[in-house]
Amino acid sequence: MNRFNAITLLVVTYLVVWVQATFNEFRDLTGVQLDLLPSLVVYTALRSNLGGLISVAVFGGLLFDSVSANPLGVTMLPLFVGGSLIQQAREFILREQAYAQMILGLATSAAVPLVSLLILINVDAKPLIGWFSLWQWLVTSVMGAAFTPLWFRIFDAIALVLNYRPVGQSSFRPDREIKRGR
Amino acid sequence: MLLKRPHVVALGTVIVLAVILLKLPARTAANLKLAISGLFLPVYGLADSTEQLANSASYAAVPKRQLIARITALESQQAQTQLQLMQVNEILHENRRLRQMLGLQQQFLWKTKIGRVVSRDPANWWRTMKIDLGSRDGVKTNATVLVPQGLVGRVAEVGFATSRVVLLGDPDCRVSVVVTDSNTRELGMIAPSSSSPLDDTLVELTYLARNSKLSSGMKVVTSGQGGVFPAGILVGQIADFRTIDGLYQAARVSHAARLSALEEVFVIVP
Repeated sequence: MNRFNAITLLVVTYLVVWVQATFNEFRDLTGVQLDLLPSLVVYTALRSNLGGLISVAVFGGLLFDSVSANPLGVTMLPLFVGGSLIQQAREFILREQAYAQMILGLATSAAVPLVSLLILINVDAKPLIGWFSLWQWLVTSVMGAAFTPLWFRIFDAIALVLNYRPVGQSSFRPDREIKRGR
Repeated sequence: MLLKRPHVVALGTVIVLAVILLKLPARTAANLKLAISGLFLPVYGLADSTEQLANSASYAAVPKRQLIARITALESQQAQTQLQLMQVNEILHENRRLRQMLGLQQQFLWKTKIGRVVSRDPANWWRTMKIDLGSRDGVKTNATVLVPQGLVGRVAEVGFATSRVVLLGDPDCRVSVVVTDSNTRELGMIAPSSSSPLDDTLVELTYLARNSKLSSGMKVVTSGQGGVFPAGILVGQIADFRTIDGLYQAARVSHAARLSALEEVFVIVP
């Protein structure tokens, strides 16, 4: 991961939290606010190194908790654990396949809110949970699955537009050049 | 295979960091949260400017005739409001005079500040939002937040330029209320909502006396007890009610303010 990728990841993390806190059209429609951080963590775990994963999980978790009523520090741990498990097993995953990305996105988006709730209950917070939380959990998981492959396309597009790309190896070899004589 | 050494070290570090943050004293944690959320101040400003730009562009596209009609309607509305205000002022003077004669404590008019909603809680299990008023504007913790339609909630955390407001229906926002009618006055408590996520317009009203005479459509206003919310602010109307185990009655209240569509709110300042 070069410096450009690291900065892009942090900027996108920042924008994701801001979008979640500011735009409420989806919440007004379905009663559920999208959580895009788990799917972003899946992308980071599959494409970036451990440093990138720590940055996204810690920075994203802190930003998320700061604009939420969550106690500070609740979100970073589930994000990191989810990402870390994926990253350690990524050599065995068909990580460039969209369906694999979706399944990982689904699992992480389903697990992160559950672990966050578990931590919240353990720190004596009283979150608003009921039967409707099942609906919220379902929608969050499905939307997380749908967004995971999108992150790969979005970051590929950003890299294509903004990143430095080394010139590909030429097939020209001077020793095989045909010298034309008279 | 699943426990690579760098990952174990990183996991340990993240756990330690999370535990330290979770164990911070409440005041320090609140200040740290406000400092981190301060990173969003530039984009809040940017979003505000963009919206203003879009609004001014849309105003330019509105036909002049439509604007004149709107101004005329507003002028007539203002004239009516002025008449009502005159009447209210007269009643206010009378009320003060009578309170003085009876030796009752005088009531003070609210001083309010208008704040813009800059963000909503991204977590699905809280009902809070941030507004662009803070300690620099004289906002204090527990200040009442309302709109002309009714009560919105209370200020939970105050930063320099922003504050966090807990909305009606959040577990952290309990309100002592009175169900009023021409011949009824029943005390109760607004508790966290257990309504459907698709309908966030309802909150629970509990601990109403077993023999309360309730009916749908009755108004629910703040009682003034508890010392957080001033008395007389409209919370909503009773949608339906039921008896709990024969001990007390509970009702669902449809709140007067549309909490999902708030853009600007009033905060009562000392």
